[in-house]
Amino acid sequence: MTALLQTLALDAAYGPTHVLHGVDLEVEEGGITTLLGANGAGKTTALRAICNMMVKMRGEIRFAGTRIDSLATEDIVRLGVAHVPDGRGTFVNLTVEENLRLGAYTRRDRAGVAQDFERIYGYFPRLKERRRQQAGTLSGGEQQMLAISRALMLRPKLLLLDEPSFGLAPLIVQEIFRILRAINQRERVSMLLVEQNANIALELADHAYLLETGTVVIKGPAATISADESVRRAYLGY
Amino acid sequence: MSGFLHQLLSGLATGGIYASIALALVMIYQATHHINFAQGNMAMFSTYIAWQLFTWGVPYWAAFVITLAISFLAGAIIERVLVRPVEKSSILAAVMVFIGLLLVFNSLAGAFFDYQLKQVASPFPDNAWYGGTYMSAHEVGTIFITFIVLILVFAFFRFTPMGLAMRAAAQNPVSSRLVGVRVSSMLAIGWGLAGAIGAVAGIMAAPTVGLEPNMMNGVLLYGFAGALLGGIDNAWGAVIGGFLIGVMENLAGAYVVGSSLKLSVALVVVVLVLILRPSGLFGRVLTTRV
Repeated sequence: MTALLQTLALDAAYGPTHVLHGVDLEVEEGGITTLLGANGAGKTTALRAICNMMVKMRGEIRFAGTRIDSLATEDIVRLGVAHVPDGRGTFVNLTVEENLRLGAYTRRDRAGVAQDFERIYGYFPRLKERRRQQAGTLSGGEQQMLAISRALMLRPKLLLLDEPSFGLAPLIVQEIFRILRAINQRERVSMLLVEQNANIALELADHAYLLETGTVVIKGPAATISADESVRRAYLGY
Repeated sequence: MSGFLHQLLSGLATGGIYASIALALVMIYQATHHINFAQGNMAMFSTYIAWQLFTWGVPYWAAFVITLAISFLAGAIIERVLVRPVEKSSILAAVMVFIGLLLVFNSLAGAFFDYQLKQVASPFPDNAWYGGTYMSAHEVGTIFITFIVLILVFAFFRFTPMGLAMRAAAQNPVSSRLVGVRVSSMLAIGWGLAGAIGAVAGIMAAPTVGLEPNMMNGVLLYGFAGALLGGIDNAWGAVIGGFLIGVMENLAGAYVVGSSLKLSVALVVVVLVLILRPSGLFGRVLTTRV
């Protein structure tokens, strides 16, 4: 398998504060990679660096074979990288439908967009019920579904997910992860998943990286990592 | 009674001009949280451009459209060249740029076109069928044009992808970039639209107030008062506020304080609104569930 996304010696900083130090990551075509680690390890920063958003970075980032590290966020999006950010990034004053239309903002194939509305309402029927509602009035779980759906409206090749389980009830988390798996299998959307909930992330992912204070300390197949008791005790806390 | 009706209706006509300026102010405010104090003088300068085209013999509505296009471009260029560099710095730097722009347009107008009061013709002839006892033809025409502009602006924001992208960019620039919206272009387009809307206000005001470099000073204040009255974060509210201020100003001028004091009515309204209801009559408070 070839790597869809690859970072080489990625450094990232907010102003004078260095967060990532020489991170090498890979996401395989059609695969799901998870990035685990404690608070402040640099997981969110890694996703932001890939999208060239809010951080200063150095190093090399390749997407589908081409360098993207000097591109603007808006242009990286146009290559097919959709980011479901930390805090969901919902447009709270716009309706659910308008949020989804914005997800497809860069697309020009109207028929395809119309189809994708139906496809997404198929995954998340609750969003269809609420499509005329202001997004700010949705529950936390629904907002997370909306954030994922908005990203899917791009028809991305790669989905960057920043803690989709954050603040949600376990049942809702399971539902969301079940749908992520379905999307990955049916549509071959590759994913880079940042999570604190290592358990559920390792179940979904095929590869895992463990970040500690901005460096990769462990990497390998997700199954191997979740089977390694010492790693689990030392880093994953279960 | 008929005198009252006349005052009320002609208040609506001037209110339309204030509503347009209020809308222009709100558009820039929503995107950047700045009040463009130069909005009035930009509109004044646009009116000079229209006047120049009229005197060169360009047909009225052609000159009108050309002026709007020039004003749009000028607004976008001003955003790119002058406003963007101070976007991230302190609010005082931005205010300084706006005040600077206000003075620059004032003196440019004086330098190019001198300070003599110029007459600008109305496109609505005095004896037109729609003019009558209560409203002059120009007043009817002004209201009509204002409504057309408002409908076009709202349709643009409500129904076009770019309008949606502009609302998104104003609300959440970070997420907007993540869906591929070029936020900085949206800001420039917003300034352009504000410039064009202001130009309409200036051209419609000119036949009544006369064209000179200070013609829009009062209008800017009234428009600002209207925007605050209706709610500076709400375009509809600002427009209604603009109309209300126009009517209030006219009635107060005719029956309460006299025309020499009516500008102070606008200031009193601004102060009262800020004290009693800082978010304006229609300013919205959104509750969010997390």
